Amino acid sequence: MDWGFIFERTFSAMIGPEVMVYALAAVGLNVHFGYTGLMNFGQVGFMAAGAYGVGVSVFWLGWNFWVGVLFSFVYSAVLALLLGIPTLRLRADYLSLVTIAASETIRLLARSRVMQPITGGVEGVNQFAGPFYDLSPFELGKFYSFGPFKYLGRDVWVLLVGWTILILVTLMVRALMKSPWGRTLRAIREDEDAARALGKNAYFYKMQSLMLGGMIGGVAGMLQVIQKASVQADTFNPVITFTIWTILIVGGAGRVWSPIVGASIYWTLIVFVENTLRQLPEGTRLSLERTIELSDFNIAMLRFILVGSGLLLLARFRPQGIFGSREEMALDRR
Amino acid sequence: MPRWGRRSAVAFLGVVLGLGAAAPAMAQVSDDLGVIGQLQYTDAAGNKVFVADVDVSIDDVGGATTDADGSFRIPVPGPGEYTIRLDIATLPEGVALKDPERATLQAKVSENADQRVIFPLVFGDGGAQGAESNFSVRRISQLTLEGIKLGLYLAMAAIGLSLIFGTTGLVNFAHAELITWGTLMAYFFNIYGLVATFGFLSALPPPFGGGVNFVFATLLATIMGGVMGYVLNRVVFRTARNAGVSLLAQMVMTIGLSILLRYVFVYYFGSRYRVYKDYAAQRANEFLGMELTSRDATAMAVSVVILIAVGLGLTRTRTGRAMRAVSDNKDLAESSGINVERVISQVWIYGGALAALSGTFFGFDTVKWDLGTRILLLVFAAITLGGLGTAFGALVGALIVGVVINWSTLFIDTELKNMTALIVLILALLLRPQGILGKKQRIG
Repeated sequence: MDWGFIFERTFSAMIGPEVMVYALAAVGLNVHFGYTGLMNFGQVGFMAAGAYGVGVSVFWLGWNFWVGVLFSFVYSAVLALLLGIPTLRLRADYLSLVTIAASETIRLLARSRVMQPITGGVEGVNQFAGPFYDLSPFELGKFYSFGPFKYLGRDVWVLLVGWTILILVTLMVRALMKSPWGRTLRAIREDEDAARALGKNAYFYKMQSLMLGGMIGGVAGMLQVIQKASVQADTFNPVITFTIWTILIVGGAGRVWSPIVGASIYWTLIVFVENTLRQLPEGTRLSLERTIELSDFNIAMLRFILVGSGLLLLARFRPQGIFGSREEMALDRR
Repeated sequence: MPRWGRRSAVAFLGVVLGLGAAAPAMAQVSDDLGVIGQLQYTDAAGNKVFVADVDVSIDDVGGATTDADGSFRIPVPGPGEYTIRLDIATLPEGVALKDPERATLQAKVSENADQRVIFPLVFGDGGAQGAESNFSVRRISQLTLEGIKLGLYLAMAAIGLSLIFGTTGLVNFAHAELITWGTLMAYFFNIYGLVATFGFLSALPPPFGGGVNFVFATLLATIMGGVMGYVLNRVVFRTARNAGVSLLAQMVMTIGLSILLRYVFVYYFGSRYRVYKDYAAQRANEFLGMELTSRDATAMAVSVVILIAVGLGLTRTRTGRAMRAVSDNKDLAESSGINVERVISQVWIYGGALAALSGTFFGFDTVKWDLGTRILLLVFAAITLGGLGTAFGALVGALIVGVVINWSTLFIDTELKNMTALIVLILALLLRPQGILGKKQRIG
């Protein structure tokens, strides 16, 4: 077994593009769930909106890349508005039903034959991120090493921009949540009726929260497709939403830095386990494949089994997450 | 208490691992596989005409010519994906492909049965005629029939989900996996038989080793669905309720459970599509101008009988009345002497069994690991439309959703028909959030 390779991969994953994207999506979900108590089960739908917003407008409509980025913002905010109108006046679980349904519908619509002229169907869209990489001060095809971390030049550029955005957005969310506006959101989370009795329009505050978190999710989707340089419908599977939930709950919902901590823990663990299993000596591998069917495909499936059992156990035994405190926000407070 | 929980947990693990042990047996490949199909069109008078003497072929594998019945069969060497080509030049005068670009079709042949492919043919000026006949009485009645079929299956899946919500206040996202569980169980019993489903002893003769008849397999799958429902409630959710875990945390637990089960299914079952051994491909029968295979007709009849029985059970038996009482007002039911935990357990058992039964029917087309997840959206739409927590609402909602979805194909592409469910869901929430049969207080 090549432990050097395994550790190189694991270290690089610790702050890699996946961590950046998932942490950003989790910051959005944190605004929804952690600070406002909204059960958004369709965060991946907002990511898809952000991704297709830029991909389609640049590749098919021929817009300027940066106009496409702006369009993506508006697009994910409008999606939040549309989902919020029928659900935010109702009990919490209705929002979860509609968001999960909507995110799956977006994926099916994007990959359908009818939409193929616009979204590229199953093949998706590519060749839209050029202007972004043109600005790169790094050589795109060259490997760069920083201590234990090693990335391609193009990834270094994406990471530099992405982490800057991630930290700025996190600081912005922190400032917002300390403002009167953020305190109102938390009041609604704790007791919506009490907030309403004090004259706060809970519906509007929840709508603003849904839109803000949705736009942050949209940026995450955008960064993801810019890094991959292609938009594909099937990467926006509902299971991504729940990976983000797991990440948020691991870090502790309602805490400023929990999305980053949670995402880093999750991806470090996944990359370490998968690479170790792939690097097992031939004999061990074969016998594992024979006894518990640990094929290559199934190693890839392990992460979802891990997400499922993680979510189940966390929600049951540690709803405040590994680092969270029950006083601030626990999953079972509402 | 905890000791009980542990013992059940072991039993549950046993069930899951049993599935795994059966999987090696799946390597047996039937050596008699093929791609089948039947060429036919409807003439100007509305009669069905079978097309003989047309060449159909698969590159590097072989070809066939349709017989007087319009049927063809091309044997293939093994499971896999094949490209089937229809030789347009051999079509009779005036007959053409409905979509001229689809003279070649892709088909996935699974290891258990022939794969059917369909080349839709039209007579005369296909395009114009197709557009005109779009809204024909014949097409609409056919779609309505398909809609009722879908609605009946959905209703069986939805009643359990709605009653679980009614009695515990929990939206069970793992209900989709109860549906898939039924499909997979029916598949394993159908293909591998009683004992072989649980791994060892696959060499025994039928009915122990070789796969049982589909009717019997359905029955067993339904029972296994009830067992799964019981175990999930007993091991996971009853302990959570006793520990005082909030409803929203329980809802996240159902999500976790759903993902866990789904990916355990794909781990052992694989991501390939499969088909049951029996009743996989049948010719449709003509019936009042509509087409229905006798398999589907039987399944629909069974569904109607089951749903009537559920309705009678809910209104006439003590258990059923207790279920509705708990669903209506838990505290009142408890104070009037109903054992609420017992009722909840029964709801999970019956709900799981019904979901599994619907799963076996949904699996007629293809058996796949995420079958339940694909229709969960429809089930949600059905129970929301009918009114969360009401059993009869779920029935009404399911039938409406089934029919509306099929009618929607008159206007939109078939591929997008499930999207209609989202529109139904949102319209229901905008116009009548408590649902058709729900009471206003429920929306809180």
